[in-house]
Amino acid sequence: MSTNLRKHDFNTFLTALVASLLGNPAQAAWEVNMPVGVTDASAKIFDLHMLIFWVCVVIAVIVFSAMIYCLVAFRKSKGAVPATFSHSTTAEIVWTVIPVLILVAMAVPAAQTLVEIDDTRDTEMTIKITGYQWKWQYEYVGEDVSFYSNLAASSNETRQLRSGIDPFQEDNYLLDVDRPLVVPADTKIRYLITSNDVIHAWWVPDFAVKKDAIPGFINEGWFRVNEPGVYRGQCAELCGKDHGFMPVVVEVLPREEFTAWLAGQQGGAAVASAATAR
Amino acid sequence: MSATTTHDEHHDDHGPAKGIMRWITTTNHKDIGTLYLVFALAMLFVGGAMSLVIRAELFQPGLQFVNPDFFNQMTTMHALIMVFGMIMPAFVGFANWMVPMMIGAPDMALPRLNNWSFWILPFAGTLLLSTLFMDGGGPASGWTLYPPLVLQTGNALPFAIFSVHLLGVSSIMGSINIIVTIMNMRAPGMTLLKMPLFVWTWLITAYLLIAVMPVLAGGVTMLLTDGFFGTSFFQAAGGGDPVLFQHIFWFFGHPEVYIIILPAFGIISQVIPTFSRKPLFGHDSMVYATASIAFLSFIVWAHHMFTVGMPLAGQLFFMLSTMLIAIPTGVKVFNWTATMWRGSLSFETPMLFALAFLFLFTIGGFSGLMVAIAPADFQYHDSYFVVAHFHYVLVPGALFGAIAGAYYWLPKWTGHMYNETLGKVHFWLSAIFVNLTFFPQHFVGLAGMPRRIPDYATQFADFNAISSVGAFGFGFSQLLLVYVVIQCVRGGEKASAQVWDGAEGLEWTVPSPAPYHTFEEPPLVR
Ligand SMILES: [Cu+2]
Repeated sequence: MSTNLRKHDFNTFLTALVASLLGNPAQAAWEVNMPVGVTDASAKIFDLHMLIFWVCVVIAVIVFSAMIYCLVAFRKSKGAVPATFSHSTTAEIVWTVIPVLILVAMAVPAAQTLVEIDDTRDTEMTIKITGYQWKWQYEYVGEDVSFYSNLAASSNETRQLRSGIDPFQEDNYLLDVDRPLVVPADTKIRYLITSNDVIHAWWVPDFAVKKDAIPGFINEGWFRVNEPGVYRGQCAELCGKDHGFMPVVVEVLPREEFTAWLAGQQGGAAVASAATAR
Repeated sequence: MSATTTHDEHHDDHGPAKGIMRWITTTNHKDIGTLYLVFALAMLFVGGAMSLVIRAELFQPGLQFVNPDFFNQMTTMHALIMVFGMIMPAFVGFANWMVPMMIGAPDMALPRLNNWSFWILPFAGTLLLSTLFMDGGGPASGWTLYPPLVLQTGNALPFAIFSVHLLGVSSIMGSINIIVTIMNMRAPGMTLLKMPLFVWTWLITAYLLIAVMPVLAGGVTMLLTDGFFGTSFFQAAGGGDPVLFQHIFWFFGHPEVYIIILPAFGIISQVIPTFSRKPLFGHDSMVYATASIAFLSFIVWAHHMFTVGMPLAGQLFFMLSTMLIAIPTGVKVFNWTATMWRGSLSFETPMLFALAFLFLFTIGGFSGLMVAIAPADFQYHDSYFVVAHFHYVLVPGALFGAIAGAYYWLPKWTGHMYNETLGKVHFWLSAIFVNLTFFPQHFVGLAGMPRRIPDYATQFADFNAISSVGAFGFGFSQLLLVYVVIQCVRGGEKASAQVWDGAEGLEWTVPSPAPYHTFEEPPLVR
């Protein structure tokens, strides 16, 4: 938990730094980093991302310092006389071997994370996600609940060419739907994902889940959300003219509330789905 | 640019024909090089105009200028034009001009094929652009042409595919010519490992092209038969697999990335030693690094596809093989830095562009290493972070390499020095605006903005506005390049044969402008 806090602090710090540099008070608009997210996987991926980032920063500082030193110290205008050396086997071995070691050090945690993410055993429930041009369908496998999720009507009106409506007036412009996917917190949820037409990709940054929805094939994955809340994402694979207008919204409820919600849906599912299908 | 060479023909009994026929019928490597470069420069503005349509629409949230379908046509055509119409022809132009002069050959080995390789291009390019006016509009599936989406294209699809075929034929013929020239027409004493690095990078690039362009041609032909002849290579309903196309495309597409960047590596490897007045550090290891990159480029393609649902072993393999590319690429960056180390540096425009390349390509390399890490790529993939990454590699990478080469060899081509002040102004405007355009895209990508969307959530608005301002600044700055080039062709201070006091190599032993025919008697290389 405390490590999570530290990441949040760092995030906020970077954001505030950039915001203050540019003199804009609207913090959210200047987000510069990946979200830590609300799953263990997203936190691990965030750590991995920051690890590579800092490794790159350290290498950059060293390499760019050497370059800048050259630019300053070896100027013809300051009377620098060129040396004549054209190779050094030692140096070349050094700067081949050191990167190898750094890469190994990065590959190990990366491979570990990859293996953990790939482990779809012991899931407690299954949701089937189907991409359509241009909406998502969610089915609770074995529960007889299924519905479509479309871009919210207000966003849909605003996003028309020269609609004249200010997108800033909306709370979640392009990131809101008529019916979100509802899932329980603290539950390992397996998703099966496919498409009815072209390839889409279901992406929720806070879960670090991005998976292609491919017609004729079923991909699987899983997530386990630690904190109830509403999480937003978008279709990530170009899928035609309204690719930018098929958001993903997931409402994560505490387990008991979810059970109640699911019970309320059963039976009424067919009606609900017919009402929202466009 | 070589128009001025017509005046300096004392010794030559068959100078160029006059008028337009000179350019249509030419078999001279310098004329053809010029044609390629002029064509590429024109396409830079065509593809650039499309990117400005994109950036204008993305300046603010909401749709102000174009509908989403036309937006998608713009992203698709911008990429196809920039890759196949601009940067590849630009480097073939450099190869035509410089490879024979650098190895002491009188011309390319297959001059008529050379004429034909160029003259396919304007037709292929026109065909591709004409698809924008067809029923249903141009292809709108992204330059990656993924099925099934690409099969929803209107009448344009077969024309776009035929255009890709033609562009591929042109590239393959150009590559055969370059390989045959390098293998057979080197001056006595010019052993392979004595060849300048630009020649080396092009030799390797040409092999890459011959290896992968047919793969792309096969892939798009399968699209064509899926679309019009009832096959189901990529249609699940008929037993095919949409992901198969992605494998084929990226088996071409990843080497293609190096096809674009290796000649730029070559140019940088000529420019930095010249303005450091010191030989290239580790010439042979640069050659081996180039060859290693080329080899690795064939076994990393699926890192573009980490989200398609590959088995764990596949993801691990492609992650690790991709990370390996950092090693030879690092060797190159370190060797360029070591070339400057204890040199005697001056900062003429070609060197400025080469230095910007060195810094900014390295940034693109770092983000490249990040996207190689498969688990993290689940977040980066198809976001603006990837857009930022590859534009850093392609614009301040490949394009700056080409611009550095243009300033470097302009005096050799035209016999005149270009306007150094304007060149520097062009450099500073380009360097500032390119960062303003692409650096903020890292931020919005990490914060969750997908690529290829015409409109976005309001929290991405500020960085997108900055990026659009940068793009317009960058685009208009390039008009300065055109002005400098035209001014330099028309006149200016006479250039000496060596042009730059630190320049080494056969091309600097012939007068400036280079006579219409050079090295009819092969020079002797020690
Ligand atoms: Cu989609």
